[in-house]
Amino acid sequence: MPTTAPTAHALADVTASDSTLRRFLHGLPGVDAVGLEARAASLGTRSIKTTAKAYAIDLAISMVDLTTLEGADTPGKVRALGAKAVRPDPTDRTTPATAAVCVYPDMVAVAKEAVAGSGVKVASVATAFPAGRAALEVKLADVRDAVAAGADEIDMVIDRGAFLAGKYLKVYDEIVAVKEACGTSARLKVIFETGELSTYDNIRRASWLGMLAGADFIKTSTGKVAVNATPANTLLMLEAVRDFRAQTGVQVGVKPAGGIRTTKDAVKFLVLVNETAGADWLDNHWFRFGASSLLNDLLMQRQKLATGRYSGPDYVTVD
Amino acid sequence: MASVFEYAPAPESRSVVDIAPSYGLFIDGEFVEAADGKVFKTVSPSTEEVLSEVAQAGAEDVERAVKAARKAFGKWSALPGSERAKYLFRIARIIQERSRELAVLETLDNGKPIKETRDADLPLVAAHFFYYAGWADKLDHAGFGADPKPLGVAGQVIPWNFPLLMLAWKIAPALATGNTVVLKPAETTPLSALFFADICRQAGLPKGVVNILPGYGDAGAALVAHPDVNKVAFTGSTAVGKEIARTVAGTRKKLTLELGGKGANIVFDDAPIDQAVEGIVTGIFFNQGQVCCAGSRLLVQESVQDELLDSLKRRLSTLRLGDPLDKNTDIGAINSAEQLARITALTERGEAEGAERWSPACELPSSGYWFAPTLFTNVTQAHTIARDEIFGPVLSVLTFRTPDEAVAKANNTQYGLSAGIWTEKGSRILAVANKLRAGVVWSNTFNKFDPTSPFGGYKESGFGREGGRHGLEAYLDV
Amino acid sequence: MSDEQRLSVFKTYKLYVGGKFPRSESGRVYEVTARTSAAEAAGKGKWLANAPQSSRKDARDAVVAARKAFGGWSGATAYNRGQVLYRVAEMLEGRREQFVREVADAEGLSKSKAAAVVDAAIDRWVWYAGWTDKIAQVIGGANPVAGPFFNLSSPEPTGVVAVLAPQESSFLGLVSVVAPVIATGNTAVVVASEKAPLPALSLGEVLATSDVPGGVVNILSGRTAEIAAPLAAHQDVNAIDLAGADETLAKELEIAAADNLKRVLRPQAVDYFRTPDTDRMTAFLETKTVWHPTGSLGASGSSY
Repeated sequence: MPTTAPTAHALADVTASDSTLRRFLHGLPGVDAVGLEARAASLGTRSIKTTAKAYAIDLAISMVDLTTLEGADTPGKVRALGAKAVRPDPTDRTTPATAAVCVYPDMVAVAKEAVAGSGVKVASVATAFPAGRAALEVKLADVRDAVAAGADEIDMVIDRGAFLAGKYLKVYDEIVAVKEACGTSARLKVIFETGELSTYDNIRRASWLGMLAGADFIKTSTGKVAVNATPANTLLMLEAVRDFRAQTGVQVGVKPAGGIRTTKDAVKFLVLVNETAGADWLDNHWFRFGASSLLNDLLMQRQKLATGRYSGPDYVTVD
Repeated sequence: MASVFEYAPAPESRSVVDIAPSYGLFIDGEFVEAADGKVFKTVSPSTEEVLSEVAQAGAEDVERAVKAARKAFGKWSALPGSERAKYLFRIARIIQERSRELAVLETLDNGKPIKETRDADLPLVAAHFFYYAGWADKLDHAGFGADPKPLGVAGQVIPWNFPLLMLAWKIAPALATGNTVVLKPAETTPLSALFFADICRQAGLPKGVVNILPGYGDAGAALVAHPDVNKVAFTGSTAVGKEIARTVAGTRKKLTLELGGKGANIVFDDAPIDQAVEGIVTGIFFNQGQVCCAGSRLLVQESVQDELLDSLKRRLSTLRLGDPLDKNTDIGAINSAEQLARITALTERGEAEGAERWSPACELPSSGYWFAPTLFTNVTQAHTIARDEIFGPVLSVLTFRTPDEAVAKANNTQYGLSAGIWTEKGSRILAVANKLRAGVVWSNTFNKFDPTSPFGGYKESGFGREGGRHGLEAYLDV
Repeated sequence: MSDEQRLSVFKTYKLYVGGKFPRSESGRVYEVTARTSAAEAAGKGKWLANAPQSSRKDARDAVVAARKAFGGWSGATAYNRGQVLYRVAEMLEGRREQFVREVADAEGLSKSKAAAVVDAAIDRWVWYAGWTDKIAQVIGGANPVAGPFFNLSSPEPTGVVAVLAPQESSFLGLVSVVAPVIATGNTAVVVASEKAPLPALSLGEVLATSDVPGGVVNILSGRTAEIAAPLAAHQDVNAIDLAGADETLAKELEIAAADNLKRVLRPQAVDYFRTPDTDRMTAFLETKTVWHPTGSLGASGSSY
């Protein structure tokens, strides 16, 4: 199985200059919005029952980047989150752990300690999250700080202003620099803030731009704007990673974030993965959910499957 | 390593529909036996299970039904349009209420996936009645002059591929304009029309306004030939359509025909490729390709052929064929043994003529009528599979170099029902659409239907339009 | 048990704004009385209810609600709007007796005449329900311009429409002026008949339970002239139907409406029992014409 090892692949020369990069990105096939959304909606009608549902719920739990990104975050809050990530359902030890906890850089050390020895990763949003409006040096310092504190994964935001102004090479260079700052120890997730890029054509271009620059994951959104992950924009990004691997042999992960709150939603996304990118992505190394309230709904549904009766919010932990 | 996400069976419940062991003809508001007592069995094509035994109409029954329709015509056509409208609105609403039941029934009798009957057929059926209900009291505004008159008794013969939807396309405009009808459903799919008879009863529709005669081709021929029928509407094969045209020649009967097709789906090199792949799939595998407007010829620009075919094959590998009642089934059963034999024969001919055949790995159920999604490459205009309507899940792939050539090839057929154009360039869409000799042209989409949108063919795909304001003309004396 | 023994429960009539039922922000009400011939002879009718007497601020709030609802309602499919209007007819049919009583009281009609009024009003909703997805086919269309262009004209709703409901026909007239406005995707701020506002306020309760999104129809009761003035001058109102204004008021309002060039439908004599024409819909529709090049198939020209 190909793993992430970009650089000298078939498309290396498209990033030679601003104009070659622009020509490449604008030469990607267009996206018809109505058709894309119809396809996403049609996959949303898949009916996932019984054993398939049990499988999907556990898979989804294992893919959650359990997230807290509030100005009011405290070590206590982050420790609670870490404990929840390691053991989501204290009443049922067969429940898988989540993939990671996702925190601001200054909370990485606390998070790291909270999940120590569990295999749960610590992801951190760096690069002046969520707006990304800071000098490159500041962003890189932010990244280095998080990595130094032990972050296993860095969730960076792209410069949407530069992207929308057509300065693709600037966006590219910045991702490359951040990737370098991640070193060999941290995987890089590149957040596009799809709600701000606005068009599907832009999302497809951003996906390729991010992958060309060495992203280990491409991620929809920060969760801080009006429109976050949707089935359609995630489907589009899944098509991009599928096509990128076909062309370069390099596999890149996908992380929809924000707005996925129910088991039903999560299962729909897994169907998208299954029928678009394929089974190779049905693993938390390649697919994540950026979410917080989703986990409790998954746990309640899991309890429902186990006991046959509907659970309630009093039977899952509040964190 | 990743594991496989297997979807467990998710069958729609059969218990929402109660199929009686036998059904009569529906004449003058009553279910009656055929005059000669004949019956036939209708089976579920996915299992070959007998669903019910249905009275088989003959010439004498046609006589009775036309008489009933004639008798009802006077009062029905004299009703204020607003009252006829309210009957049709009632029917539309009852169809909406009973839509799951009807979807399951249609899936059982026809073999098409529940996903389609639930999400396409039934919503369109209800919408069609709703739309024409609204016309019943607005005929003055329809552009056919003040106070246009109905024709009288309409004899309607419909096919098995969209049994209830074709019924809606026929009955809704006929009743809205003040005609009464005698409708013959196809012999392999009579049940939904008989359930519709019950809906007419629930709606309080006056007796004789709608008469349903299940039966075979002979009953259809008798209906079409009946001297007291004023209007003939037929959807089905081009061969039968021509026969009907000969039958009504020299009479005053108004005729509309919606016949076969060999739709070209034209993909240019600047197409939105992922959506084009979806459109190709929808174009030929919707309803197992048993669609007169199917995009059965894929015309792809040579420069993107490889890329497109790779994507298309990958996509076909994800299609799920099997139990039509399973909510995750994409491809259901072929409607009958006879149709399966025809598809099989034509595909064998395709291979014999040198086209290259491909199907995804796909296990077919052991009972019932099944055909795997199939794709032929290296097809040219000279191949039988590029010219004859297969009416099955079989796509013929041809290439072209320039827009001129695409149009020339697309038009090089005796049919002219539908076509598709895939390109992100607006002016190319319109230029190509301008040149296509087809009644419906979809751009960057395919197989879209709406009650407001007229549908019908050029050339040997028939004449007359169904749907929209245009669809009223077929039932008005104008 | 007879009626005398049981004390009935009065209904508090309220405005209908943004899908909610507020009282007038002014706190004012006015007395609404029955209109029977006997009552008129006596100079004063039987007290029916205290209706809210809306202020200019209520009008302003209603415009905000109507504007907010416009995007969703005009963006809904015509089919969907048709279903919703038909649903109004269904719900009205179920409350037919209530409206017969209210119309009889409001307009001084016999039970049977009032019933005819209500039946006609229900059928009027059905008539307009059928128009939502047909009006574009009747008044729009392709234009054969002399050049390589595709050219299509389609109607679009103008926006927020202030509707002064007819003063005399408090229910059938009201429905006849409101339904065409919303059928095509506009949203409405309706000023009910001043003397007979109760059927209009009750209609709000029907709309609220008929899948009509909140804010699509907003109903105000009170002094027509007082509420109409700020509506006619409001810069975020796109059109005004002056059906309920007398000649003097209509002229004043039309002058005020000229400030942002509102589309104005002047008052006219209407027999509301007659099947209407399309004019009440077209009065509040814009026509949008789209040009697009069709070009030719290729540089070499085509002979196919």
